Amino acid sequence: MTTEASPPAAPAGPRALARQRRRRAAVRFWRQYRTHRAGLVGLAALALFALLALTAPLTVGSDVAGVTDAPGRPMESPSAEFPLGTDRFGRDLLGLLVWGSRVSLLVGLLAAVLSVVIGALVGITAGHYKGMYATVMMRVTDWFLVMPALVLAIALATVLPRSLGTVILAIGVTSWPTTARLVRAQTLAVESRPYIERAKALGAGHVHIMTRHVLPNVMPLVLAQTTLMVSGSILTEATLAFLGLGDPTVVSWGGMLQDAREAGAVSAGDWWYLVPPGIAIAGVALTFTLCGRAVESVLNPRLGVAR
Amino acid sequence: MTADAVSAPAGQADGPAPAAAPPVRGPRARTWAGYLRYGAGKVGGAAVSLFAVLVTSFFLFRLIPGDPVKTMTGGRPVSAEQLAALRREFGLDLPLWQQFTDYCGKALTGDLGTSYQFRAPVTEKIADALPNTLLLTGTAFVLYTALGIVIGTRSAWRQGRLGDRLNTGLALTLYSLPSFWLGLLLIIVFSVGMGPVPGLFPTGGMESGGEQGFAHVLDVAHHLVLPVLTLVAVEYGQTLLVTRSALLDETGSDYLTTARAKGLRDDAVRRRHAVPNALLPTVTLIFVNLGRTVAGVILVETVFSWPGLGGLFYQALSVPDLPLVQGLFLFFASAVIVMNTVADLVYPLLDPRVGR
Repeated sequence: MTTEASPPAAPAGPRALARQRRRRAAVRFWRQYRTHRAGLVGLAALALFALLALTAPLTVGSDVAGVTDAPGRPMESPSAEFPLGTDRFGRDLLGLLVWGSRVSLLVGLLAAVLSVVIGALVGITAGHYKGMYATVMMRVTDWFLVMPALVLAIALATVLPRSLGTVILAIGVTSWPTTARLVRAQTLAVESRPYIERAKALGAGHVHIMTRHVLPNVMPLVLAQTTLMVSGSILTEATLAFLGLGDPTVVSWGGMLQDAREAGAVSAGDWWYLVPPGIAIAGVALTFTLCGRAVESVLNPRLGVAR
Repeated sequence: MTADAVSAPAGQADGPAPAAAPPVRGPRARTWAGYLRYGAGKVGGAAVSLFAVLVTSFFLFRLIPGDPVKTMTGGRPVSAEQLAALRREFGLDLPLWQQFTDYCGKALTGDLGTSYQFRAPVTEKIADALPNTLLLTGTAFVLYTALGIVIGTRSAWRQGRLGDRLNTGLALTLYSLPSFWLGLLLIIVFSVGMGPVPGLFPTGGMESGGEQGFAHVLDVAHHLVLPVLTLVAVEYGQTLLVTRSALLDETGSDYLTTARAKGLRDDAVRRRHAVPNALLPTVTLIFVNLGRTVAGVILVETVFSWPGLGGLFYQALSVPDLPLVQGLFLFFASAVIVMNTVADLVYPLLDPRVGR
């Protein structure tokens, strides 16, 4: 019933065949993913968060972050008008929370992508080119692995101008080594297979082998790793913003917590100011972890990756 | 559960494989020579790593767009002579390579420059704050390691039961919470007081001042409770999970079947046979994860205004007080590298399979 979808007769070119095979792999993937209940919950929550973030301009509007013409009085407690109260400028905290999801998700995703791209690049090249290059690259990876990543990220963010780009760079540059090690191990496993030897015998060059044979095989691992990295990136983004190293002109969850602390919400016991951003951070991070775990456990048995 | 106890321990193959047929010498001599070679390799690697940290810290802080002297004066009206004097004071008028060699030489002799904001040597500020950090981190480290190992062991021994699932779930949840947020919440609940809970603990700092002798010790301990609680809460999950999975790797092993066949009680099998073996990978991972602990310490000290290195780091980066940030960066990174090297050196003494 599944694979009986009668492949079209002979004239199908190699491209069509590849496309068909990819589609079938996707269907198979989804069928296995569906059996992970936690993964489904994560996916549903992720869709919800994404929807909230994407529709924020319609639901709360960009002027929610404006300091002038704030709708309420400063530091109001929750009421019917402001379900989560207001901040020290009288801005609606619920609106800020929804608006802040955009920055947290954007930075989290981009930083994770940057980190995984660096990691995959280092991992594949270090696994492919052996000898001096690989040794040096793996030493560098180990060095980054041991370094306290947050301290390095803080140092970078302190030195560079305050902006979202800086935050993304600081997170991406410090969090790639685990990916590099995973990808390198997978690259070594792939390169020991006979078809790589066949490709070499047919005259395949380094770039061809890496992009055409190794990359498609490490891609699933890379995708799973990206999903898992997002939660770490979101947490680090919140941490940097809390330490005052984020972009001061945008609203983010970590920045809200820093504002709350500076406005004296802690000593005043205004828990409604502090609880929602933290739950949002932890919730989104958990969502990505659930999805990533599910993706990983679907892909790993087939890949035979030893972790 | 009992039937598959014979399954081969698959995860035993890690660690460097013993070389095939080593030259015939006394087993002890071979071990010690091997250990020395292994140790020299690790120390050499650490030296290279430390040098890399030095290079990074130098060039990272030369990336700053704009003039560090301008940042330092913070927009106040300063005359050109004053600027030049400051530049000379901080050695910013020299060529880059000379600045670098100067920097290395000074760093090696323990001179990390002068803090802009405190007008005091960075080394002095670090030395002042270090004992406080060690007190906080040491207390938390002992507690979370012990807690993680104890709960992790119990969890693994009763794998899949309700207790195991609750414990791993709780640990994972706490592990993924932002530590600074947890700290803020604890302050609101236990320091400020919320509803029926009165303010039990101080909101921050390390001492109220004025106490002497034993009262002072109690006062510091009182201030220590919430920061330590926060650190333990976010860190113990790591140890728990590592211990749990290390012990689960051992549960199928033949030697445990043997121990049981000898008629040992379940408790004795666990404590005397399984746990010592499972602790080895746990020790390594505790040290590998020190970087994460450093991050936790920085945030917890910031939230609780603890007068340690983390609190100092926060004060430094909000100015930004670059020499202090740079000095602390150097210190944190070197400390983690040194601790890891120590772990690498101790590990073969604990586990003879490694480092021959």
